[in-house]
Amino acid sequence: MAIFLDENSRVIVQGMTGSEGQKHTRRMLSAGTNVVGGVNPRKAGTTVEFEVTPIGAGAASVTEGTVQVPVFGSVAEAKASTGADVSVVFVPPAHTKGAVIEAVDAGMDLVVIITEGIPVADTAEFFSYAEARGVRLIGPNCPGIISPGRSNVGITPPDITGPGPIGLVSKSGTLTYQMMYELRDLGFTTCIGIGGDPVIGTTHIDALEAFEKDPDTKAIVMIGEIGGDAEERAAAYIREHVTKPVVGYVAGFTAPEGKTMGHAGAIVSGSSGTAQAKKEALEAAGVRVGRTPTETATLARALVS
Amino acid sequence: MDLYEYQARDLFDAHGVPVLRGIVVTTPEEARDAATRLGGGLTVIKAQVKTGGRGKAGGVKLAHSPEEAAEKAAQILGMDIKGHIVHKVLVAEGADIAEEYYFSILLDRAERRYLAMASVEGGVEIEQLAVERPDALAKVPVDPQVGVDEAKADEIIAAAGFREELRGQVRTAMLRLWDVYRDEDATLVEVNPLVLTEDGRIIALDGKVTLDDNAAFRHPAHEALVDQAATDPLEAKAKALGLNYVKLDGEVGIIGNGAGLVMSTLDVVALAGEPLGVKPANFLDIGGGASAEVMANGLDVILGDSQVKSVLVNVFGGITACDEVANGIVKALEILGDAATKPLVVRLDGNNVEEGRAILAAAGHPLVTMVDTMDGAAAKAAELAK
Repeated sequence: MAIFLDENSRVIVQGMTGSEGQKHTRRMLSAGTNVVGGVNPRKAGTTVEFEVTPIGAGAASVTEGTVQVPVFGSVAEAKASTGADVSVVFVPPAHTKGAVIEAVDAGMDLVVIITEGIPVADTAEFFSYAEARGVRLIGPNCPGIISPGRSNVGITPPDITGPGPIGLVSKSGTLTYQMMYELRDLGFTTCIGIGGDPVIGTTHIDALEAFEKDPDTKAIVMIGEIGGDAEERAAAYIREHVTKPVVGYVAGFTAPEGKTMGHAGAIVSGSSGTAQAKKEALEAAGVRVGRTPTETATLARALVS
Repeated sequence: MDLYEYQARDLFDAHGVPVLRGIVVTTPEEARDAATRLGGGLTVIKAQVKTGGRGKAGGVKLAHSPEEAAEKAAQILGMDIKGHIVHKVLVAEGADIAEEYYFSILLDRAERRYLAMASVEGGVEIEQLAVERPDALAKVPVDPQVGVDEAKADEIIAAAGFREELRGQVRTAMLRLWDVYRDEDATLVEVNPLVLTEDGRIIALDGKVTLDDNAAFRHPAHEALVDQAATDPLEAKAKALGLNYVKLDGEVGIIGNGAGLVMSTLDVVALAGEPLGVKPANFLDIGGGASAEVMANGLDVILGDSQVKSVLVNVFGGITACDEVANGIVKALEILGDAATKPLVVRLDGNNVEEGRAILAAAGHPLVTMVDTMDGAAAKAAELAK
């Protein structure tokens, strides 16, 4: 099994006709993702053609050649025509709030927001809106979610590794890829990049809860970074609710106080949000924490072999 | 972006929050003129620094005349407050204070909403109050879809226990401060203290505001609030080139792709460098693409740091292919020519890694060393910076 996303997920792309949207729709299709439509009010009724080359663990379900993806005027129309249940959002920051609210109103089950640079007030507002309506968000400012061999929604490279027993949840995109690569011989049930913004939809805890319930996930790798107290909360959750082995990694030990380190949420404020505090909280909950990504991978490997 | 007190005061004023008149100055002479313009009577000279505890450090002084304002400004200007040098002082009208309160609105990351905090025991360190007398600090969640409306303001006022006769004025101040928070895309608006004057007015006497950098695109006026003088020159240069760079104090320059991987690279270098007394010199995320131009710009910024003795390029080819990155490095070194003088340790992994390594090997640049693993590359870069 996988969490939040599998081969039955029917995916639409908001912002499919933009350059990033097009590039990644082609990659998602190539990885076997069931992309059933795109949304652009000004191009409703047209189709976009994608040259698809099978890639990664989902390649078996993909036929090389041209795929026509219809463009709808709204998410609601796309859902009515295609039965889509997942939307991935590539629209620019100024328009993301409207796009997410539209997806929530249309009744999507999952909305994955790749866009970086969204004002946090917009995110707080659309998160609150989605939460009240029971819609799961992943992101923003994230690589998305991949259940290798089943579906890939977002920008995660589909050809790093295949399915396997590890569940991965991470605030960082490239550290997700790095960890998938380090453990490529083992493979993953699902890898979720939850994003590096101060306010995000799906949290470490949400992913831990789902991995705990997923029978195919044998061990969990959790990657955090400076800023906020999500890792400390996750540590408390692990102590109470997680029986599967968890290994952790935290980035940002050398980050100076008061400086934003690339991700909008990655900032140590005064004495709060430090990597050291996060590491200590995780270790106190029985999570083994690697000092480097490679050491973390070694710890994870020991848990499943 | 954190604002100075005087900038917060200006924003408050623009949104109708009651504040005292104040003029920001950079010299004792200007302080004298400012005090004269404010009526020549009592003024308060306040150091403008983006840190707390300036009162205790002697950064706030009363002046009873324009002459004294100049004297006090002279004492405060140039002062070092917790590592922050005072370049500006705010000359503010004096006020007779009867009582001090506290009010703030901030982003509550964990709860993914806003939090309003208020206390009728203001003027103290709020972190201290929260620990010592938590009951005295009202904490009221604010729904991002609703904000602070009249009902919410009344809830905060009741929770904090403001006296009946003050409630109208305090409510108005809170609503206007919410306007500041919402309309300016702030993540923190704090007033400490909010005061009641002897003549019965509620005034925001000191303010702290943090603005959301992600919202800058819809606030062109915020650009003028950036303190150019206090920005590190290399950080300013990097920003102008569209690079995400943070200057640190160390010898190993770092270039990588993705914020998480770059943070991790700093840590791994710090770990490897510890026994050698070597530290990472910077954070630099070149993002998803790694064209020759971006790589050249990145190297140019890093080599502009005279402390740097070696450079570590750590790239995981996810969407970007390693052969493109390798070509980027080779062309960047061509562009830089003789300006590239420091040894470069390159670690590539991921998409098209073999092709990437082959390109670097074929180029055979004397400054470039390839190492296969991240930990190994960090150790090599640290050793070269010793």
